[in-house]
Amino acid sequence: MIDLDETDRAILRALARDAGQSAGALGRALGLSQPATWRRVRRLHDGGAVRGRRVVVDPAALGFGVTVFLGVKLATRGRVSLEDFERAATAIPEVQTVQHVLGLFDYRLRVVARDIADFERVLRRRILTLPGVGQVEANVLLSEERRPGPL
Amino acid sequence: MLLDDADRRILRQLLAEPGLATADLAERAGVTAATCWRRLERLRESGILMGEQMLIDWRALGWEVEVSLRFTLDKTDPRAFDEFLDAAREVPEVLEIQTFLGRTDVRLNVIARDMAHWQEIYRHRILTLPHIAEVDALMLVSTIKDSGSLPL
Repeated sequence: MIDLDETDRAILRALARDAGQSAGALGRALGLSQPATWRRVRRLHDGGAVRGRRVVVDPAALGFGVTVFLGVKLATRGRVSLEDFERAATAIPEVQTVQHVLGLFDYRLRVVARDIADFERVLRRRILTLPGVGQVEANVLLSEERRPGPL
Repeated sequence: MLLDDADRRILRQLLAEPGLATADLAERAGVTAATCWRRLERLRESGILMGEQMLIDWRALGWEVEVSLRFTLDKTDPRAFDEFLDAAREVPEVLEIQTFLGRTDVRLNVIARDMAHWQEIYRHRILTLPHIAEVDALMLVSTIKDSGSLPL
């Protein structure tokens, strides 16, 4: 586990908002030299504090007006392997996220669609035909907000 | 803004692998670097490309527990949503706040250092949020896919 000081936290907070800024700009905002900032960013990456990048797009502007979260319960646990379900769910282009969870459901899926009619097509043709799929609950996303988290 | 095939190829490659240098992105999308640069600029100006964010690996920072909490709110009070959301924003361990149309009204993604810490957050910071009618929890076991990709 990587130890962070106040400056590391400030760097992570800034990059979590905007990963596109240069080490120079970031350093100026934090009162650090460009090489010192670069070294710290490198160390955060090498230490595993960063798991990747996300490109933020406006899905509605690209014609994807609907995002739905599905809770999926597997019907025939034991007979259908989790790997089969996971492989098939991951392969669906409209499925952005697949998470294995414990609780009321076995999996959480995030699905994008052009509109509700398109979502119905994805649900019927692709989701309800997944191996082992049982009960499915759908909630249509209205708003979403990412928080900085405990840094 | 109308997208053509080149725009779509660039977006697909960019969403599949964020952080790619423009030259590599251009090669994968089958366009020249100059075209790629110009198209990216246009996508930014039209508001389709909104930016890039770094994803923090909370587990690597010692936050071992991640829970998806699904709430049904008591909607007899018209201020229920606003007051609940305002209070949830005050909890530092909340990473995501989503509102829904469906059986679930609000979902919070919450992290904790371990189960003892989780119990403390849940009892003292979550169950004390206003206007909760029902709450259920899904504990994250593993994330198999998490991409911002779109079927363009």
